[in-house]
Amino acid sequence: MRRYALIAVPYLWLLALFLIPFLIVVKISLSDTEVSIPPYTPTLDLSGGWQSVKDFFAALDFENFVFLTTDDLYWKAYLSSLKIAAISTVLTLIVGYPIAYGMARAEESWRPTLLMLVILPFWTSFLIRVYAWMGILSNEGYLNQLLLSLGLIGEPLTILNTNTAVYIGIVYTYLPFMILPIYATLERMDGSLLEAAEDLGCSRSGAFWLVTMPLSRPGIIAGCFLVFIPSLGEFVIPSLLGGSRTLMIGKVLWEEFFSNRDWPVASAVAVILLLILIIPIILFQRNEQKQREMDQ
Amino acid sequence: MTEPTVFAPWDDPDAKPLIRFQGVSKRFGSFTAIDDIDLDIFEKEFFALLGPSGCGKTTLMRMLAGFEAPSDGMIMLDGQDIAPVPPNKRATNMMFQSYALFPHLSVFDNIAFGLRRDRLPPEQIRARTEEMAALVQLGKFTSRKPHQISGGQRQRVALARALAKAPKLLLLDEPLGALDKKLRQETQFELMDIQEKTGTTFVIVTHDQEEAMTVASRVAVMDHGKLIQVATPDAIYETPNSTYVADFIGDVNIIKGRATPGDGRVSIAWAEGQPDLTSQTALNPAAGTEVFLAIRPEKVAISADKPAGRANTVQGKVLDIAYLGNISTYHVELAGGQIIKAQTANTDRITRRDFTWEDRVWLSWTDTAGVVLDR
Repeated sequence: MRRYALIAVPYLWLLALFLIPFLIVVKISLSDTEVSIPPYTPTLDLSGGWQSVKDFFAALDFENFVFLTTDDLYWKAYLSSLKIAAISTVLTLIVGYPIAYGMARAEESWRPTLLMLVILPFWTSFLIRVYAWMGILSNEGYLNQLLLSLGLIGEPLTILNTNTAVYIGIVYTYLPFMILPIYATLERMDGSLLEAAEDLGCSRSGAFWLVTMPLSRPGIIAGCFLVFIPSLGEFVIPSLLGGSRTLMIGKVLWEEFFSNRDWPVASAVAVILLLILIIPIILFQRNEQKQREMDQ
Repeated sequence: MTEPTVFAPWDDPDAKPLIRFQGVSKRFGSFTAIDDIDLDIFEKEFFALLGPSGCGKTTLMRMLAGFEAPSDGMIMLDGQDIAPVPPNKRATNMMFQSYALFPHLSVFDNIAFGLRRDRLPPEQIRARTEEMAALVQLGKFTSRKPHQISGGQRQRVALARALAKAPKLLLLDEPLGALDKKLRQETQFELMDIQEKTGTTFVIVTHDQEEAMTVASRVAVMDHGKLIQVATPDAIYETPNSTYVADFIGDVNIIKGRATPGDGRVSIAWAEGQPDLTSQTALNPAAGTEVFLAIRPEKVAISADKPAGRANTVQGKVLDIAYLGNISTYHVELAGGQIIKAQTANTDRITRRDFTWEDRVWLSWTDTAGVVLDR
């Protein structure tokens, strides 16, 4: 009995804070817009008895999902989000792997400090850090000032309000999520494996590609999902750093919800986004599971 | 009929060593791990480096593998200085203490790893890998991953992987340390078989003296970065050159005293009011110098009455009895407070034990039973 009570806690938590809100969103996505509060119809009125419940379900339909397919804005936004998330994930991996490798190879006494430095940015608000990038990347920003004073460029580069700025923002923001899992796999790697590889005729770089890389694969996969999943629905970075031509589904969702006040369509966008995300989330779980089996 | 030849190239002045250490030292900062070592190891030897942890034996081995470079001196393999040769170009292979099997590769791919680096043709790699797997009796397990096989099997994979490239020299770092006692003893004999079959020179690092004595053709006893004695197992046991070696290998009684030299023998005054002990020795200590008599417990006889015609007899009282099944060890306290261990073999199943605690007994040994040492 006590065992069930213990297991029940996380399930109740998920039920209350994930499943019920999600069902509410699904319900709204099946509703119609109306100029009222709340801005959709129907709403469930239990005072009418069984008949009102039947009327309520009869009023729900998939109209909003059909609408999403008729306007190419939406699927373009989904595709563009997938593209931006994928490219940023690869960029984050390219930046993050050497950092994680360096940390794992650093003196043991240095490692806690280096870990601290990776986590340190979280101590400041995410929003403030993204605003700080606006100051760096803008036409009169620090980066352009530096490059101009060094004489490397004749006139300021336009970085802010382009996709480049979005990539920079995502890579910067999600870098720790890439570094930490990779670091974890590299750090617990037995150093004698590299010696064994060398002893058997590998060069240093050969040992890296044949031993270090495959052994850090679970960390790479975990890091990539941890970056890809949240950046797919990212809203703050594209809306602050991106330009009018940066198309991301998070931004579309925001506009449907706050500018158009079309809650049902916004909810439909969110439901589709979640369905898209379920695939990588399941793959991520599989990877974690496999890793646990390997460790046993 | 041919004379059975004893394998002892170290006694042959013309024999060329496979490995030669010449004045080799290794320092880590202010710590000296290896202190001016000269050592020859010959082809087809099974050479054991034996010592307590931190004595430098592993450092010595890692210098052979190429993971450490000597601070001073020269190491030669086949007459060639190996200092400039990186580990991946050396004709040595190592079996690691942790086995260091690649967890993401199957047993087959682990064994084939070194062969693939040599870019051999695939059918040759397959043939050699299967030959090695068969040698260590793992033919059936080649498709498994290291985490799917037992500790003893992993140890075999590590051995097969290290042998696959047919190295001139195989280095084994505590190869049996992770196995339980029974499996370890079986594996020791297997190691000797494999060494004989392949004719490879083996250098093994171990802190287990029994293991070193069992497998090795010669044993080097190390302490604090120095070689204390390099000799065959029986020479190490029966004629240790110092109390350190005598004490490190097996059980021993060490009696300290002042020497009175005679003709090829020495008398040792070891306690006041007690007759001197005598022992034959080649050592010629000056009169009155401090010497040690090292004597193994199994060479000390125990009896109730004073035995006649034994060169050394002392009386004492039984302090402790350790029954080990095959033998019993008696701890006997002598008049001066010195404790001597004497062993008897339990050759009968049902016998009355002759002595019990607090009994007065006589201990005796011949004048060739002990070794006189000056350090």
